[in-house]
Amino acid sequence: MSDGAAPAIAFDRITKRFGAVLANRSVSFAIAAGTIHGIIGENGAGKSTLMSILYGFYQADAGEIRLAGQPARIGNTADAIRLGIGMVHQHFVLVEPFTVLENLALGREGGLMLQPGIDRARAAARQIEAAYGLAVDLDAKVEDLPVGARQRVEILKALYRGARILILDEPTGVLTPDEVLQLFQILRRLKSEGKTVLLITHKLKEIMAVTDRVTVMRAGAVVGDVATADTNEADLAERMVGRKLAILPERVPVVPAEPILRAQGVRIVDAGGVERVKSIDLDLRPGEIVGIAGVSGNGQSELLAALAGLLPLAGGTLSWNGAPVPVEGRAKILRHLGLGHIPEDRHKNGMVGPFEAWETSVLGYHRDAGHARGVWLRSRVIRALTARRMVEYDVRPRDARLRTSAFSGGNQQKLICAREMARGPKVLLVGQPTRGVDVGAIEQIHARLRALKAAGTAILLVSVELDEILALSDRILVMVDGRVTGALDRSEASERALGLLMAGVQGAAA
Amino acid sequence: MQRDLPPLVDYGLIPLLNLLLAFLVGAIVLGLIGVSPLDALGTLFQGAFGSLDGAGYTLYYATTFIFTGLAVAIPYQAGLFNIGGEGQAMLGGLGVTLVCQSLGGVSLWLVLPLAILAAMVGGAAWAAVPAILQVKRGSHIVITTIMFNFLASAVMTYLLIDRLRAPGDPSPETAAFPASTALPYAHEWAAKLGIAMEESPLNLSFLVALVLAVLVWLFIRRSLWGYEIRATGYNPSAATYAAIPVGRVTVLAVCLGGACAGLVGINEVMGVLHRLVLGFTGGAGIVGIAVALMGRNHPFGIVLAAILFGALYQGGAELAFDYPQVTRDIIVVMDGLVILFCGALENMLRVPVTRAWQRWRLTSAIRRPA
Repeated sequence: MSDGAAPAIAFDRITKRFGAVLANRSVSFAIAAGTIHGIIGENGAGKSTLMSILYGFYQADAGEIRLAGQPARIGNTADAIRLGIGMVHQHFVLVEPFTVLENLALGREGGLMLQPGIDRARAAARQIEAAYGLAVDLDAKVEDLPVGARQRVEILKALYRGARILILDEPTGVLTPDEVLQLFQILRRLKSEGKTVLLITHKLKEIMAVTDRVTVMRAGAVVGDVATADTNEADLAERMVGRKLAILPERVPVVPAEPILRAQGVRIVDAGGVERVKSIDLDLRPGEIVGIAGVSGNGQSELLAALAGLLPLAGGTLSWNGAPVPVEGRAKILRHLGLGHIPEDRHKNGMVGPFEAWETSVLGYHRDAGHARGVWLRSRVIRALTARRMVEYDVRPRDARLRTSAFSGGNQQKLICAREMARGPKVLLVGQPTRGVDVGAIEQIHARLRALKAAGTAILLVSVELDEILALSDRILVMVDGRVTGALDRSEASERALGLLMAGVQGAAA
Repeated sequence: MQRDLPPLVDYGLIPLLNLLLAFLVGAIVLGLIGVSPLDALGTLFQGAFGSLDGAGYTLYYATTFIFTGLAVAIPYQAGLFNIGGEGQAMLGGLGVTLVCQSLGGVSLWLVLPLAILAAMVGGAAWAAVPAILQVKRGSHIVITTIMFNFLASAVMTYLLIDRLRAPGDPSPETAAFPASTALPYAHEWAAKLGIAMEESPLNLSFLVALVLAVLVWLFIRRSLWGYEIRATGYNPSAATYAAIPVGRVTVLAVCLGGACAGLVGINEVMGVLHRLVLGFTGGAGIVGIAVALMGRNHPFGIVLAAILFGALYQGGAELAFDYPQVTRDIIVVMDGLVILFCGALENMLRVPVTRAWQRWRLTSAIRRPA
């Protein structure tokens, strides 16, 4: 620990239990003032619980938090804000139709009239912007801002409320590589101005790039607390997972074959009349993984959803093994033909939070023979099946009757993967399969995708993680503004080539 | 943080505390008009459960409330709030009337299933229009079902004054049904078993209501449609992803709710009045909303809440009979207090109870060495 001045934050034997689960077990470590401190761990390791205790969402069952040496009682978030703690949530908490200034003033209007509060916010925001290099258009509506800018608004909001300690929970999950670099610059600037930054993440690269010290958590306990300079990615990964990670297997070569699913001239227009996908042709062949790379928001999500039948097609045709697929009701038809779909947004589409795990694990397949008899669900059969899948896909805790929302993100994703993969789909559409998922689970999900490919499934992978695209794909398409702007074979693709194509630089790969 | 509470506290203790609060405020009201609250509570309880016929009245009221409570609970599973139980019950009564009037002299065991079917079809048909408007046009179902209550009322007034009224009868009601269509009363069955029971309107419909509650529970928890209804209610976009026809499922849920409301006709029209009378529903559809809220939209919770409200209705009537100061309006205040505390303020005590529970668990965990 740092000697001399008392650390900005000291966790002293923090323990928190939820029912049978010990989310934090006697967690102790200190964070020196004016540093960037990383906390990494798999999903369910207890990072979020610890931060929720620090920010006053939960009360620790035992233990103490000291801020600058003083024992702190943080009974609710208002206490936390008063004590100078600010939090930037993974999912932003902004009023979208409000302007940036209105969001800043929210809760600090100070009096009956709105204008003085707004004026105060403007003056303060200008100062903060200048001090930390946070460029935001104060009069823009939040709903019009890109994700990276919204995040800066959140940081601005925390600083405006007087935060000396800033907690960032998985801040880079939604950012483009460029936005990530910008964020890191802001964090360094905050540090140089004496703020203390807590970075919660599961991305080792980011820990190495920006932190001074890193605490590793596993199963609710601290398993490592080291200066970043004294460690490396492999070491951290092993500590996080508690074992050595497997070495990547050899790529299985693609045997040329006729495409199973073929999309031609696909156009998608969104509810606002904007053309999100502009005439795309796509062939998915057995035993091949096609990766779609691109900065998020360039039409990949819409393409994936439309192929699965969740969005209407404004134009174009689909065919399955050469036979045309009707446009109306194709979601159901494609499922019957053997299409699996791991959706991008698991909370929105992939699962039903209040459903018990066994109910979620047949979502979309609940009418299949074997899952239903007459009008009744065969709950006992499905529960047994779910219990088997939980073992096979390592879903924890292994409780088929637990509510889906009570599982951690990674385990929810494994549950969804199990559902979509277990039936041996002929075509599998996969969107951001490892978003918000820990290293161990990523390794496992990737291995499953490779195994399916080897078994002859045609896979379409949409991901904003270039590492993931490069690790899995046989063929890579780059999408910019609703068009495919580049098609590369894996052998000719590199992070640099893809990055240039994603940025819209034509012919960069040639 | 609901998972921090064991079900016994969540479903047992909290409603009980809410009820106690309602009684406490009710006691103050009674004290203000010069009635001893304890005596009044005694009278109320005695009136509701103290005698076989008193209990009969309680369960007769409860029967209607079970039907109207379920009418709210099923659409609620699909994420929709059905306020139209009142109107759906009226149309159910109309269905029962048509069956009973045309099937005089036929065995009751043939008439009853047909009457049940007609009641359900009547209620479901009246619910279908708001449901379809919601799905196709986005007209909010709360608004449309309220409007449909008024429409049903107008339709019934027209039918009972101009079409169905018995010739020469000045009041807006049909002629009495053939005697063969009357449902057996509980006191008739009790007499056969040699039990002395004063007359009460409790009839076979109560058993129909209990069976229905079990069927609804099975349907919601275990059937494919129940599964699809819940998926739609919890997360419509996940339901779409699962290729569930969300619109059709929504209409189904609301129509089933309407069908439950329609069954009020079995209890009131076929069981007790033996004729269709204008305004026979008497606001039961609205009470059903409170019953469903208090029963947490769970069929078994609804049965318990319906019995509670039945007891309040019956005990309240006794109270008004025994004390001249207690007018019909005071009874409405009492009912209102229960609805207020058990329904509208249902979550008021949840936070303090959760805190207290966690503190208690923590201290007991510390005393017990881990």
